[in-house]
Amino acid sequence: MNTEQLMTLAVNKNGFVFDPENGISYTVNETGLFILQKLQSGVTKEEIIDFLTEEYEVTAKNAESDLDHFMAMLKALNLIEE
Amino acid sequence: MLQLDDLQISIAVSGLKTGDNPQPGIPVIRSLRAAGFKGKIIGFVYDAMESGIYLEDIADEIYQMPYPSTGAESFLTRLGYINSRSKIDVIIPTLDSEIPLYIRLQKELQELGIHTFICTEKQFNLRDKSKLFQYFTSEDITVPKTVLLNSVAEINKAIQDIEFPVFIKGHLYEAYKANNIIEAQKYFLELQAKWGLPVILQELIEGDEFNVVILGDGKGNCLGMVPQRKLVITDKGKGFGGVVVNNPALEKFAQKVIKSLSWRGPCELEIIKDKEGAFHLLEINPRFPAWVRLAEGCGQNQPAATVLLALGNQIEELPPFKPGVLFIRHSEDIISNINLLGEISVNGELIRKQKKQEEIK
Repeated sequence: MNTEQLMTLAVNKNGFVFDPENGISYTVNETGLFILQKLQSGVTKEEIIDFLTEEYEVTAKNAESDLDHFMAMLKALNLIEE
Repeated sequence: MLQLDDLQISIAVSGLKTGDNPQPGIPVIRSLRAAGFKGKIIGFVYDAMESGIYLEDIADEIYQMPYPSTGAESFLTRLGYINSRSKIDVIIPTLDSEIPLYIRLQKELQELGIHTFICTEKQFNLRDKSKLFQYFTSEDITVPKTVLLNSVAEINKAIQDIEFPVFIKGHLYEAYKANNIIEAQKYFLELQAKWGLPVILQELIEGDEFNVVILGDGKGNCLGMVPQRKLVITDKGKGFGGVVVNNPALEKFAQKVIKSLSWRGPCELEIIKDKEGAFHLLEINPRFPAWVRLAEGCGQNQPAATVLLALGNQIEELPPFKPGVLFIRHSEDIISNINLLGEISVNGELIRKQKKQEEIK
């Protein structure tokens, strides 16, 4: 997975995300912010699922499903590439 | 940061209208003041209702100018009169329609001791909307397909090569998106009546639009460059909010444009990035844009640099801009006195700080 574009994002602790290259901004909820920060620190998908199951009351299966959905949105926004 | 604190000169700036279609004069003046300029600001207006006339602490003196369409002679006569009343050292013209006059009058202005830092006639002509496609395509800079229309009937031929929706643009100002031939014909007739021929039909490219304010040194280099993406767009297509972006590929594209023209002076590039990530040049405006204060706000006071360049100073490249700096345009009512309107309407001039200046002398 190519996260080069994701690395350029300025992520505010309140969940406000600014893409300095395109001038587009996004907002993410607490979980989205958690995932974005993990992705920016180079954590793998499997590790993120572990973090999510530790941090939240969620099964690994549900966490993976939600993470896939979130990643699909990042991909649609050209923030990550497979 | 550039400072103009010690500069005891007079700087004339045109385009003082704000409101829904703001001109760049007021932000240019504010940037000069922000650089510590304490000398005299002279405002050039074409209309007594230009709102900047009524702002206190903007222009010390205001003079009404003849419209550029009246010709160089009346323009120069008026400049000579103003210069005899109040010595002008530098003029920063900010309106497209007056730039050709200032270019043509360079020699006469020099004789009057008036300095400018603007593009050459050749540069001005090459960036003309009607020549942009032809010139830049040969320079390997992509421009949306463009056809010049001299009659409404020519739309039929043009759309054989360009699909709807398209832009229909006036020769100097205004652009409309036309979704079909009926709309294209309607906008053609409107723009023809307003701005004359040719009317321009241009391919519409979907994507992200960026605007870049640049100060070129006339040798192919950019002394300053600030790119922004519009965040708030009015129904007239005017950007009333924007954010500074950091996009190296966009900057490289803009530099290529400036190098190709060896652009001298201020300009604004309108660029679109298509869905495949390729950049296309939409327009080059030969003056500062109305959002030029964003350049000052993110570390590049380009109007202040222009004054120094006009005076013949060598300046270094302006410092890097700060991405993420935002501007939001705000309009408010100015409360003034009808006497000011009377003064500018009857006398064609308004001397606001004469007493203060006399006291200083």
